[in-house]
Amino acid sequence: MPPNSAQYYSDQLRRHLRSGLRRPGDLLNPILFFLMVITLFPLGLGPSPEQLSALSAGLFWVVALLSNLTISGRLFAADYEDGSLEQLIMSPHSTALTALTEVAAHWLFSGVILAIVSPVFAAMLQMPTTAVGTLVVALLLGTLVLSLIGAIGAALTVGLHRGGTLLSLLVVPLYVPVLIFGVGAVNEAAQGRDPSSWLALLGALAAMGLVLAPVAMGVGIKIAVDR
Amino acid sequence: MWSFIHKLGSPPWFYRFSGQLIRWLLPIAITTCCVGAIWGLLFAPPDFRQGNSYRIIFIHVPAAVVALAGYYALAFAGLASLVWKIKMADTAMRAIAPVGAALTFIALVTGAIWGKPTWGAWWVWDARITSMLILLFLYLGVVALFEAYDNKAAAAKACAVLSLVGTVNIPIIYKSVDWWYSLHQPASIKFTGESAIDASMLYPLLVNIAAFYALFAVVVVLNMRAELMSTHRRSAWLRDLVGRS
Repeated sequence: MPPNSAQYYSDQLRRHLRSGLRRPGDLLNPILFFLMVITLFPLGLGPSPEQLSALSAGLFWVVALLSNLTISGRLFAADYEDGSLEQLIMSPHSTALTALTEVAAHWLFSGVILAIVSPVFAAMLQMPTTAVGTLVVALLLGTLVLSLIGAIGAALTVGLHRGGTLLSLLVVPLYVPVLIFGVGAVNEAAQGRDPSSWLALLGALAAMGLVLAPVAMGVGIKIAVDR
Repeated sequence: MWSFIHKLGSPPWFYRFSGQLIRWLLPIAITTCCVGAIWGLLFAPPDFRQGNSYRIIFIHVPAAVVALAGYYALAFAGLASLVWKIKMADTAMRAIAPVGAALTFIALVTGAIWGKPTWGAWWVWDARITSMLILLFLYLGVVALFEAYDNKAAAAKACAVLSLVGTVNIPIIYKSVDWWYSLHQPASIKFTGESAIDASMLYPLLVNIAAFYALFAVVVVLNMRAELMSTHRRSAWLRDLVGRS
């Protein structure tokens, strides 16, 4: 292990957090996107509370997926464009863990914020109140996995033309289990039953993602820089 | 055996070997396809409930089986390329991906054609169909990633990573879609109900599956040969080989 590893990774994390906080208005973007799309659904489907309540879990998760898809594309782009990605690879520290710090910062600013604000959107979609606690926990776990998967796609497509549409094609199949488990958890809770088995599955995905995704990210970034 | 696998990694050796392989594999593929088609279309008995429209099973099931097996072949080639740095594995990946995607597409379309007279709907969101659709996206992702990179060596590495990530996810995706379907399944009709298949239909089905495997191998090997010819067109060994034949 190279010296000062812990210091290095915490410095990287702090750098990403600082650049994310540089324009605090940007933090609102995922929330605004969510709000606007959530508004479109009742307009499209009709305002009936029973229908919205039945569909609320699915709608919520699909919008969370789409919102993650749109921000994942820019994940490594800034570092790639100004050349600092190349410097990160040349350091003796692990590229995989460095990429993980970037994903951690990204998750804190997108998924965690979404989870905190989610009860408001849940009320707008007439989600039963029994489900809201489960929704917050499921979102915390689920958005972590979504960020990790999106980061794999971003690492494989960084710097390519039309990388954005290619990214969607690559990660949407991988998003499907998160969608299914997340909706499963919220629907179980909405009907008053115990959602813990679904939450455990989301946790398992998160655990697996935390271990395996950085490896894939590291390889992807090295390929991108070697090009 | 290891020396055989090692030799396969060399383009000139593989080119010569595949030439001889095709010489006997292609007739086998054609024969099994003909036997399977004639047996399935003419000699297998009509189904009690579906009459003759079930016969599309002899294309639909083999296509689906080989499409799924093909993805694992793709992932294995990706592993060989990433871990053991075998360049021939890159060629294999480029050859397998579009063929697998085409087979998945055929499975989905023949499934829809079968579904219309049988269940009254072109498309049904049942567990297996949905998993097959996701498999199509996984294949198309690999094909698209190959095309997106200009540097082909880098493209192969990226696709190897993608196919390995997809392989890890396939059991998870399949199981999650299975659970999703069993939660939402309409109580009336069970679309994926397994009825025991009679021997008179099972045997032609097995012959057709073997035929599709053989055809898949032939097409992939031919694709690999074409790619080798294109990449090594200036090298002496290829000129000697092609000049001689």
